[in-house]
Amino acid sequence: MEKPDMELIKDGKRLDGRRPDELREIKIEVGVLKRATGSAYVEWGKNKVLAAVYGPRELHPKFLRNPTKAVLRCIYNLAPFSVEDRKRPGPDRRSVEISKVSAEALSSVVMLERYPNAGIDVYIEILQADAGTRCVGLTAASVALADAGIPMKDIVAACAAGKISGEIVLDLMKEEDNYGESDLPIAVMSRKKDVVLLQMDGKLTREEFKKAYELAVNGATQVYEIQKAALLKSVNDVKIEG
Amino acid sequence: MDIEAYLRRDYVTNLIKEGKRLDNRKFDEYRKLEINKGYVGEKADGSAYVSLGDTKVLVGISMDVGEPYPDAPTSGVMTVNAELRPMASPHFEAGPPGEEATELARVVDRGIRESGAIDTEKLFIEEDKVWVVFVDIHVLDHYGNMIDASGIGAIAALLDAKIPKYEDNKIIRGEHTVKLPVTCTPIPCTTAKIADCVIVDPDMDEEYAMDSRLTVATTDTINAMQKGGQGTLREEEVLDAIDLSFKCAKDIRRLVEGN
Repeated sequence: MEKPDMELIKDGKRLDGRRPDELREIKIEVGVLKRATGSAYVEWGKNKVLAAVYGPRELHPKFLRNPTKAVLRCIYNLAPFSVEDRKRPGPDRRSVEISKVSAEALSSVVMLERYPNAGIDVYIEILQADAGTRCVGLTAASVALADAGIPMKDIVAACAAGKISGEIVLDLMKEEDNYGESDLPIAVMSRKKDVVLLQMDGKLTREEFKKAYELAVNGATQVYEIQKAALLKSVNDVKIEG
Repeated sequence: MDIEAYLRRDYVTNLIKEGKRLDNRKFDEYRKLEINKGYVGEKADGSAYVSLGDTKVLVGISMDVGEPYPDAPTSGVMTVNAELRPMASPHFEAGPPGEEATELARVVDRGIRESGAIDTEKLFIEEDKVWVVFVDIHVLDHYGNMIDASGIGAIAALLDAKIPKYEDNKIIRGEHTVKLPVTCTPIPCTTAKIADCVIVDPDMDEEYAMDSRLTVATTDTINAMQKGGQGTLREEEVLDAIDLSFKCAKDIRRLVEGN
């Protein structure tokens, strides 16, 4: 589809002054909710996202139970006020799809076979959205899973790359997502770099894809370091009550 | 959980490890693909019946006049909807689309939308009035790889579609003016990873056995991708899948563009 021309890169700098391979600023807080088994809050550029984990717990309805492993469910939800034009509350088709691929991505790292018949529920709330929310949501969700003490093979870190004004860049912000040519969100198992979520739309040649993919994996690796630092800090800061 | 599928999983996986598939196909070989354009041509504005092995999908196109999106006031609109009819599988139930149907519709939608296959500028009628193209995917028999069967059916049905006559603010049903303007033929190709091997066009048993799948919709570039399943993929596997998708799409495209 033809989109209005907009100069997204000027003198090698992007609209917000970033280099092509630079992430937005990311802050992660662990254990921010009282009731949830585990939780995390992530600020990523203008994105503000909360993730909470409940479980492992009894899974209802019963027919969903799997006697060989736990079932991990995920609900990704955009708050009505998270975007400029109010989003009608409740799941739309986009949220349903993102919930599905996010649940699959997290299922590949959580050791579900430890909890047969149980359910693990992951809730992702997008409080403020500015492109790349599925990556922010997954990043927050895997920190929340770690905070819940659920055994995992690795931590999932996510990041997107894309093509804007003919150039491959890391971590698209809203304007770049709207007027750019392509978007490639991925999530990886941090240490082995195996991909657990991959979506793409737009136009990319095979060579451009390879470049974008490697850039996104590199971004996810940086995200992983921030996740790790936040988790370590939360363990060190723990206060013994009573 | 599906006990039968669970028990068959090892058998399929061991076969793949020996370089074989249940139906003797090569790893880069599709099942027999048949496309019948205009299958329900008396009423729908476009249609295609696709059988991919035992998977059967019917796609219908309905044209209507509606409002454009505010951010693209001179462009026509396309929406893709998928229904997994309960007759197609013992696991499908009647009711509103679930996650599987939603994902299916959105992956097919992205391949067509991002390639610019429909020349939406030509669907402009007058201010605040454009043609709306409804693409409705009906899965009738699910024996694996619904995404490719549906994506092939959708583009075939679009190539078959005609724009109805529109006079005095009324659509005259049954009479058509020109063909729907379609500029290219995006083809989705799905690969599955089983026992660290990448195969194309997984059938039902292979879908049960697969760790993950990757769909790549292509024209002369990549237009959409979607990973599915709980497994992981390495970079080489993703690049392999892209190469296979470009390769397989060529033969399929020839068939879709034919009669």
